[in-house]
Amino acid sequence: MHEFSIALSIVEIADEEAKKANAIVEKIELEIGELSGVELDALNFVWEAAVKNSVLAEAEKNIRIIKGEASCLDCGHQYPALQFFSQCPACSSMMTTLTRGRELKVKAITLLTRTKENLKLTTEN
Amino acid sequence: MCATCGCETTDEIKLLVPGEQEAKTPDHVHNHHDHDHNQAQTHDNGHHNHTHTHDPHAHSHTVTLDLERDVLQKNNLLAERNRGFFEARNILALNLVSSPGSGKTTLLEKTIHNLAGDMDFYIIEGDQQTMNDANRIASAGAPVVQVNTGKGCHLDSDMIYRAIKKLNPKEEAVLFIENVGNLVCPSLFDLGESQRVVIMSVTEGEDKPLKYPTMFETSNVCIINKTDLLPYVQFDIEKAVSYLKQVNPVMEIIQVSATTEHGLEAWYAWLKQKKGIEHIG
Repeated sequence: MHEFSIALSIVEIADEEAKKANAIVEKIELEIGELSGVELDALNFVWEAAVKNSVLAEAEKNIRIIKGEASCLDCGHQYPALQFFSQCPACSSMMTTLTRGRELKVKAITLLTRTKENLKLTTEN
Repeated sequence: MCATCGCETTDEIKLLVPGEQEAKTPDHVHNHHDHDHNQAQTHDNGHHNHTHTHDPHAHSHTVTLDLERDVLQKNNLLAERNRGFFEARNILALNLVSSPGSGKTTLLEKTIHNLAGDMDFYIIEGDQQTMNDANRIASAGAPVVQVNTGKGCHLDSDMIYRAIKKLNPKEEAVLFIENVGNLVCPSLFDLGESQRVVIMSVTEGEDKPLKYPTMFETSNVCIINKTDLLPYVQFDIEKAVSYLKQVNPVMEIIQVSATTEHGLEAWYAWLKQKKGIEHIG
């Protein structure tokens, strides 16, 4: 169940950004490739436990799934890929390279930042 | 809380050499996962789908940052640091991955024994519990550090970083990292190894490469072990090889029986070639 450590790494990134900006995380956008090795169901399953009491506890999670795509180095054909190594469907070459589908990243984070006045108020209170 | 799997447990990650007493405060390699949650606590009313309702004096606004940050960035950066250390000392670091019980430790015992005069071996053993494998390796005559991951299902680059400090492998050595027996999770975690070696045995299904493609795609060489049992098991070795080629056409395949030592010459030749001691013709 490596998805839990993956989820915790996401929390860590969000935590860093939220602290830097002294802000609250409203939304986190993830990009996960179908060939990244992360099971989406497993990630969703552990998400609640992973974000509990963290900056992501109340944040909206938005996952964009990236389908595998490969490109042939011989004929230049681009095609959907279901695995890391694949044969070009156009010219049968094995000289192909995966161009998309291995993504595992935090694409964007939406923060609710607070102004200095607000900060002052919070501190005084 | 265990930061690897999140369980409320006292099982912590431990790094021990055979004979060493467990320290009262064991090395815990996941400190970087500890969080400070003050940020969330300073917020007054806890819900975020608004900008101006929680504080009449607030001048808050939302901003979206394009981070484009790799989730595994931290692991990958530290892995590169390990890799740099290995390259500087000219150490061949091999990450051995497989399901539990494929014969990784037996393969290492034989290798250490038979190549003792040719190479200096250092071993990092990854298991959830016990010093058993480390004790076996120590008996075979190689320096070893056991990493017990507790409930964790894989080694990460931070554990290796700490284990190397403890092991202090010398220049020109060969470092074997025996990962936790698991064909899924370790595939995502770069440890800084030069080569990844996946081991499957003939007592498993020949379709393992199709069932767990990520591990086979990310490995450089596959060792098919326990070939002495082929007459007694339903394992089609030709099919296994064709499945391996299907998921990873550039992978090298070596068939061995670590127990009877049949075929181990090919494995030794591969090691020597990677170490630059001799070249295969």
